[in-house]
Amino acid sequence: MQFAEPELDELYRELILDHYRHPRNKGTLDNATSKAEGFNPLCGDEINVEVELEGDIIKDVAFSGRGCSISQASGSMMTAAIKGRKVADAIALLGDFKRMMTDPEVEPGEDLGDLEAFQGVAKFPVRVKCATLAWHVLEDGLESKS
Amino acid sequence: MFDVDTLRKDFPILSRQVHGQPLVYLDNAATTQKPRQVIDSLVHYYENYNANIHRGLHKLAEEATEAYEGSRAKVARFIKSPEGARSVIFTRNCTESLNLVANAWGRKFLNAGDEIVLSVLEHHSNLVPWQLIAKEKGAVLKFVDIDGEGRLRVDQLEQLIGPRTKIVSLVHASNVLGINPVRYAAELAHRQGAIMVVDGAQSVPNMPVDVGDLGCDFLAFSGHKMAGPTGIGVLWGKPDILEAMDPFLGGGEMISRVLLEESTWNELPWKYEAGTPNIADGIALGAAVDYLEGIGMENVRAHEKSLAAYAIDRMSALPEVTIYGPKDPEERVGVVAFNYGDIHPHDLSQVLDQRGIAIRAGHHCAQPLMRRLDCVATARASFYVYNTFAEIDKLVEALEGAGRFFDPDAAAAARMS
Repeated sequence: MQFAEPELDELYRELILDHYRHPRNKGTLDNATSKAEGFNPLCGDEINVEVELEGDIIKDVAFSGRGCSISQASGSMMTAAIKGRKVADAIALLGDFKRMMTDPEVEPGEDLGDLEAFQGVAKFPVRVKCATLAWHVLEDGLESKS
Repeated sequence: MFDVDTLRKDFPILSRQVHGQPLVYLDNAATTQKPRQVIDSLVHYYENYNANIHRGLHKLAEEATEAYEGSRAKVARFIKSPEGARSVIFTRNCTESLNLVANAWGRKFLNAGDEIVLSVLEHHSNLVPWQLIAKEKGAVLKFVDIDGEGRLRVDQLEQLIGPRTKIVSLVHASNVLGINPVRYAAELAHRQGAIMVVDGAQSVPNMPVDVGDLGCDFLAFSGHKMAGPTGIGVLWGKPDILEAMDPFLGGGEMISRVLLEESTWNELPWKYEAGTPNIADGIALGAAVDYLEGIGMENVRAHEKSLAAYAIDRMSALPEVTIYGPKDPEERVGVVAFNYGDIHPHDLSQVLDQRGIAIRAGHHCAQPLMRRLDCVATARASFYVYNTFAEIDKLVEALEGAGRFFDPDAAAAARMS
């Protein structure tokens, strides 16, 4: 389904809506090595992120929470993007993602993959926080661990 | 009654387009739009008689003082202040008014163990100031709950207001749910020797309010929610209590005689207006009062009630919609908080915005209430004198469109059942 308004199609890309309707890695982990939660007081979005580290590898990751489609899809796509990767890679990705969200002029690097779907969100300043919330929570969790 | 189409011409902003669509402004509980008369009053002040008030013996200062104090008199008349303008203190907004009471009354008269009775549906502005002073004084906060329909539980109100109660502070009309029995709460408070504070942010702009009839000791409200400018609010208080309290802020204007070590205070209401006040917006608030009185507050109320009734009626017909608060429009102002299936209010609001429709999405500065209602947030459509039934039709149509977009399966399933 498409909107009559092209701006909305840019914001709500099919990939984002797919992750919103069918979130990946949603829930909690039995063997989490770090947990963090974040809250967006503007709209009440809540995201919890649990990570299970094995050495410097993110062996498993899950998110839970309630919020808008952008925040929930971002949690889903973030976990899909970092699962099985090195912590250092995840942190680099986090930096690239945040740059893409805060500076729409910057062309995202090739390694952002599916996450490029969020590029349209950068044009809606009030929604940027929704898209970056999960990443901030991940950052908190990884930092508190190290 | 008045003609809405004619009245809309007074509001320049209503003719603008948003994303190529005519603006449908349904976020009036956050702030209302301003009529030409109010905007003109601001410009007229700055272009013709801008001067500081209550000082300077020149013509401009005289005119500015007269207009500012004239506005205070209009506000006093608007809420039928029994002791006139000396009860009317100009503040920045309703929040500052409530902070003034919490600080000035609380600091002087609250003691450890005293109780402050509030409710779970208070706006943060009628919650956080009390948390701060309660912590400072060792006072205890008590909260009246709501029932299944979102009405304040009167049985709890009766139970919680007791001999230790020093302050009862309640919102008159909720910015999410309904209208509260503040007159009865004032009776209960006074029986126990407590003071009654009323947050009138959503009632004064939307219905006739007779402060003497309410029986409260303080009434707080904002100018910008009643067609007036931002940056000006009102605290109405009973003069004997205002006399008994110490000032909130110190500085110029609020003093009588100043010595190096101590000072004496100006008379009411200026005792509570330190420094150069917001002269322009204070004067323009008077223009807003004139405007509303020209329509008649009973007509404002009647129009908003019929809009709310129509909105509740049309939205209730959508199976996905949950409406919060009492369904009887008699029990609410023009505020309809709702959710649409599982779609987050932010997403709804975003889609509506692209169609020129402005609603509020979020926790409405009432996070404890959201938790009490067991939702993260709600969407909210709120109406004012210039809204029309056709705008509500557009809202409903846009909601259905959003529903089909975000949750096609659920929308279909709801329609089947």
